[in-house]
Amino acid sequence: MSDTPSLVRFVDIQKSYDGESLVVKNLNLDVAQGEFLTMLGPSGSGKTTCLMMLAGFEPATHGEIFLKDNPINKVPPHKRGIGMVFQNYALFPHMTVAENLAFPLQVRNMDKSEQKQRVDRALDMVQLGPFGDRRPAQLSGGQQQRVAVARSLVFDPDLVLMDEPLGALDKNLREQMQYEIKHISENLGLTVVYVTHDQSEALTMSNRIAVFDDGIIQQCAPPEVLYEEPENAFCANFIGENNRFLGKVSEDNGDTVKVDVDNDAGTVIAKKVNVGGVGERSTLSLRPERVTVNPEPGSLPNIFNGVAEELIYLGDHIRTRFTVLGHDDFIVKIPNSADHAHLEEGGTANIGWTAEDCRALDPSD
Amino acid sequence: MATAEAENEVITTADGVPLKESLKKALWQRKKTALLLVAPLFLFVLITFLIPIFDMLIRSVDNSIAGEQFPRVVVEIRDWDLDSTELPDEATFQALIEDFKVGAEEKTISRLGRRLNYEKSGMSGLFRKTARKIEKLESPESATAAMIDIDKKWGNIETWRLIKRESGKFSSSYYLAAFDAEKNSDGSFSMKSEDQQVYISLFWRTIRLSFTITFLTIILGYPVAYLLSTVKTKTSNMLIILVLLPFWTSLLVRTSSWIALLQKEGVINDILVGIGILSDDNRLAMIHNEAGTVIAMTHILLPFMVLPLFSVMKTIPPSWVRAARSMGATPFTAFWRIYLPNTVAGIGAGGILVFILAIGYYITPALVGGTKGTLISNFIAYHISTSLNWGLAAALGTILLLLVLALYILYDKVVGINNMKLG
Ligand SMILES: Nc1ncnc2c1ncn2[C@@H]1O[C@H](COP(=O)(O)OP(=O)(O)OP(=O)(O)O)[C@@H](O)[C@H]1O
Ligand SMILES: [Mg+2]
Repeated sequence: MSDTPSLVRFVDIQKSYDGESLVVKNLNLDVAQGEFLTMLGPSGSGKTTCLMMLAGFEPATHGEIFLKDNPINKVPPHKRGIGMVFQNYALFPHMTVAENLAFPLQVRNMDKSEQKQRVDRALDMVQLGPFGDRRPAQLSGGQQQRVAVARSLVFDPDLVLMDEPLGALDKNLREQMQYEIKHISENLGLTVVYVTHDQSEALTMSNRIAVFDDGIIQQCAPPEVLYEEPENAFCANFIGENNRFLGKVSEDNGDTVKVDVDNDAGTVIAKKVNVGGVGERSTLSLRPERVTVNPEPGSLPNIFNGVAEELIYLGDHIRTRFTVLGHDDFIVKIPNSADHAHLEEGGTANIGWTAEDCRALDPSD
Repeated sequence: MATAEAENEVITTADGVPLKESLKKALWQRKKTALLLVAPLFLFVLITFLIPIFDMLIRSVDNSIAGEQFPRVVVEIRDWDLDSTELPDEATFQALIEDFKVGAEEKTISRLGRRLNYEKSGMSGLFRKTARKIEKLESPESATAAMIDIDKKWGNIETWRLIKRESGKFSSSYYLAAFDAEKNSDGSFSMKSEDQQVYISLFWRTIRLSFTITFLTIILGYPVAYLLSTVKTKTSNMLIILVLLPFWTSLLVRTSSWIALLQKEGVINDILVGIGILSDDNRLAMIHNEAGTVIAMTHILLPFMVLPLFSVMKTIPPSWVRAARSMGATPFTAFWRIYLPNTVAGIGAGGILVFILAIGYYITPALVGGTKGTLISNFIAYHISTSLNWGLAAALGTILLLLVLALYILYDKVVGINNMKLG
């Protein structure tokens, strides 16, 4: 989204709570107007901290945050005009749903009739029209979540932040709410910064995903790019399922490299993505659905012999665990088509993949 | 018909006892255990709390002493009219002599004298004098003349009106006294003259000071409780110990240290004079007056405010105020509209705790209150241990009890007792 102006800009942001360690290390990130950006990462990776700095509840230790090109480090939270949805909803228990929604309008001294009109509109938007007179405690978790979303939008903020808003909901409800939030944000053209550590949630909702680990953005890209073209071993592993081999580069052919898998298990030809030259170590990453069982001999650059250890029938595909190249956790998804290979546990098969699908990445852990 | 059979059939346990019966038995066992567990406490509360309160209620209206000491007189005087302008008849005087003879012999008659002295001074002396002389009186021709001979007051119609008024089993005179009122000789009530009024202004002062103290503990305790609820658990545990520190020292030690601090030659005055804020002859009177009572009691009762507030504030997630701020509320608005309303339960609990403790507080006002800072409890104590007017003490105590109950009900109506969180 480089053609739209950026609404939020993090420039060289660092954050430390204790003066000893950096929780956020040199963050640079642009959020475009109208974008749905998700911060995804394991627990403790600094996502909430980034959100809190943006909302104004935590000061940045170093660097500057810009909102519409204005530095906001010294702007107090209530003057930033940022809507926020909290993990535990943070609805005010002593007010009814309608009063909760009217609160941001009251503090803006909006007149009563306009307040009511806006509250009604926001309630309708989240399909809670008849619930205005209830207390938050009288609503289900999903309904409370909707109120929290409606409340964060009712005053037309420039930007909405959501910190794991669906974390407390069960799986079905969570999926339903994912679509609802996505649709609302699309219909209203909202700019959303969303935090989650659920990768499928991130893939479902976002225009772009920023993968956090250890206070650093490992990769920031649209979901399909992140899945298809992970730039490092962490992203490849964190998003979706992936088979990994560790080895050493033995030949560099420009676009591709040859990698000797550890313990002399064999040599794999892989796409050169994020490795050094000959002699450097590398992690090879391969998606389970990109593996062919029993290919024509010579049709693929990488063909190895494997032993099928375990077969799990999942309807649309058969999940098979092989021992290949000395690794006994090699997963292959065999599509359940009419002519798919029939295997037995303990049986052997040839397994192959293209050099394009196997990415040579940095040597993590 | 299988279903009809099933309906009539009584469900039994394996050994043939009807299910309902064995269930009842099992439940009774459990109930018995529960009863046994609470029995000691129940007995304790009954003996040390409920019975004494009941006794106090009785004592505040009890007048059985008239019937005990004047058994014959109270019978004879029944026919005599309060409005009558003549003395009671000869039979009443004879009864008087006989009652006095018995009472003087048993040395109990002076008690009645003391009792009547609450109503009219001079009665105690009259009874003592009469008791001394009555032994030498041997069947006189006219009992009336003989008694008037012993003391003229027996010929005064007011004496008899008093005896007539106080001859019943129950008397309202303690409550009248507690409200600074008195019975006139014709049986109507009127307030005592201004300079004799004590208790109404004392009740008023007790309520006023208790409210002041409660208010001060809220003002001082609220920020402390807030701080406690926001710091790390480890720090807050340590700080709570500091809050509870006043409980570690004995009440007397604490109170005496207040005296050392607050008196005219005390530390605070010395400092103020030392840095030139006060001149030496303008030293503040902060003790042995209302200020002393308020300062010392606020200190002593502060933990009772801080702890309930803390326990309520701990349950308020920081995200509520943050949410309010993100929606555009200034820090003050966020506090006033979001934080404060959610701590009302704690303020209510702490307030009612402090107020009830303050309204009945005794030792501190006695030590640092002087004459201007004493509370109603100090007078109750005085009547119990010094003046021995237990009836009046009981009446004052009962009024205090009703006062607290009334305020409690008021609180329930306004805030709601179910909103109260004590911990
Ligand atoms: N108020 C604080 N004081 C000190 N350290 C903090 C504070 N808040 C967070 N941290 C630390 O900063 C790091 C990042 O925390 P943060 O809450 O940003 O993680 P997160 O990515 O949101 O994790 P999660 O997915 O579990 O919510 C953690 O190691 C955490 O212990
Ligand atoms: Mg978080």
